[in-house]
Amino acid sequence: MNVRVGSWSVRLAPRALLVSVVLVVAGFLVTVAALSTGEFTVPVPDIVSAIFGQGTPVAELIVGKLRAPRVVTGLLVGAAFGLSGAIFQSLTRNPLGSPDFIGFTAGASTGGILAVVAGGSAMTIAGGALAGCVVTAALVYLLAYRGGVQGYRLVLVGIGANALLVAVNSYILTRANINDAANAGAWLTGSLGGRGWEHAWPVALALLVLLPLCLSIARPMRMIEMGDDAAKAMGIRVEVVRAAAVTAGVLLSGVATAAAGPVIFVALAAPQLARRLTRSPGVTLASSALMGAVLLTAADLAAQRVLAPTQLPVGVLTAAIGGTYLVLLLRKDRH
Amino acid sequence: MDSACRLSGAGLTLAYDQRVVATDLTVAIPDESFTVIIGPNACGKSTLLRALARMLKPRTGAVHLDGSVITSLPSKEVARRLGLLPQSSIVPDGITVADLVARGRYPHQKLMRQWSKADEAAVSEAMRATDVAELADRIVDELSGGQRQRVWLAMALAQETPILLLDEPTTFLDISHQIEVLDLCAELHEQGRTMVAVLHDLNQACRYATHLIVMRGGRIVAEGDPTEIVTSELVHEVFDLRCEIIPDPQSGTPLIVPEARRRVAASS
Repeated sequence: MNVRVGSWSVRLAPRALLVSVVLVVAGFLVTVAALSTGEFTVPVPDIVSAIFGQGTPVAELIVGKLRAPRVVTGLLVGAAFGLSGAIFQSLTRNPLGSPDFIGFTAGASTGGILAVVAGGSAMTIAGGALAGCVVTAALVYLLAYRGGVQGYRLVLVGIGANALLVAVNSYILTRANINDAANAGAWLTGSLGGRGWEHAWPVALALLVLLPLCLSIARPMRMIEMGDDAAKAMGIRVEVVRAAAVTAGVLLSGVATAAAGPVIFVALAAPQLARRLTRSPGVTLASSALMGAVLLTAADLAAQRVLAPTQLPVGVLTAAIGGTYLVLLLRKDRH
Repeated sequence: MDSACRLSGAGLTLAYDQRVVATDLTVAIPDESFTVIIGPNACGKSTLLRALARMLKPRTGAVHLDGSVITSLPSKEVARRLGLLPQSSIVPDGITVADLVARGRYPHQKLMRQWSKADEAAVSEAMRATDVAELADRIVDELSGGQRQRVWLAMALAQETPILLLDEPTTFLDISHQIEVLDLCAELHEQGRTMVAVLHDLNQACRYATHLIVMRGGRIVAEGDPTEIVTSELVHEVFDLRCEIIPDPQSGTPLIVPEARRRVAASS
């Protein structure tokens, strides 16, 4: 579908647009449900007045201080994981190239639990996770580098790094005292419980800067999926685009892990789900981000409500929901 | 060296990491020629093509396009003048023929000019020329090797470059598809494009090339009109093959008939 105005023209895929609209609506509904339901039900009209500071003190406390930061953090973290997964799957031309498989998330975990064990504050833990992610990414790249980075080499080196880091993480937990180990273990499953605005802000800022950057290189990235030579022949500066994409992808997965812990599977599943729903060739960045946001918040809602009053960590649910859905879609796959 | 040529290279040292493939190579591609580069395996023919297409940065020397050093030109600008069909490209999962061909328009597009009427016209013309128009809505993965190569060619054509480089465009194709692709290249050449191809088959090279570049060990051993330069001595020098050269009964161009080593003709 083409839209032309004067010398301007934009090419749109109707199905991708429709999927995006559906995902935005789904995200909105999940948000409303998350704000409204729970031990203390806040009717939908009261949510609106609470947000604008005109509700009852109880509603304002529950919506504004407890539920809203949690669901907003969920939306932002989900979008960041989805986008980061889409970037690396596109760069490695491999669904297994997701940051949660190639060690980046495990590296962030190492940084995070080291901070937990050292008795760090929430801020130190977030900083540790981000640093762990960046350092791991740099090492994996360095090890995979051989006059350029081949996608499959990055995946292989990354899987090796992942295994090593998971072992390191377990080792740290066994050496820590029992309380620290319990705290670190809880952080390791990934959770949105007890998230405040201070967790949402850094992710929001990262997305504000990195999302436009990612969307601006989406077209060249799609060309690079055809091979470096094919992309260069089309006039794309492959190394520049790739460096920008890697930087954005590492920062996004680092910031997201810093905010919510290593929630697995969103980065793997969101781009694959989005791709199959939009039926677009290759990975699509915008719909992957939307899918990540919906997937994570829906999983978090389920984690809070399904076995209430027992609260599950969201990481358990993302794997269950995302995994089931992906298997269903793969079964229907024709190619 | 002919300075009038749009595409040329001078004093090129070509190397991958530590392995030097060619030193002090000078080459000019005659405008509006169908130039074919040929030579034994590992002679540097694909390397030379990749350098001409700015895929490989020469260690010394420079490739010139329209009088400028090619790396000094904006890369999208180069992509509007010079196209390349790489030896192997990756077909994106689930992409249709029309969508893949449309990607050839990338160098002509901007963020706010993604699909002009010129883009549309170029894509349908490219699909018509390569005879893939009726495959437009098919998934590329599901096509035969010959069809797929025509689709890649269509993508390169949609780029609308006056110069088109092809790296072994007939590899992996059966004989009839090889001829089909080469006939298409000849047609594109007749329409006024400068075509440069790396080929393996000497007879096909002689039949289609207007200008032949023969390489061995990173050096250009001979170049010119195939009818004038291809002799049994040259083939022996370059390929270590004793042969007889006869006129191709179809085209009159040189036809290489290798000497029979095991069963010498019974009649003689």
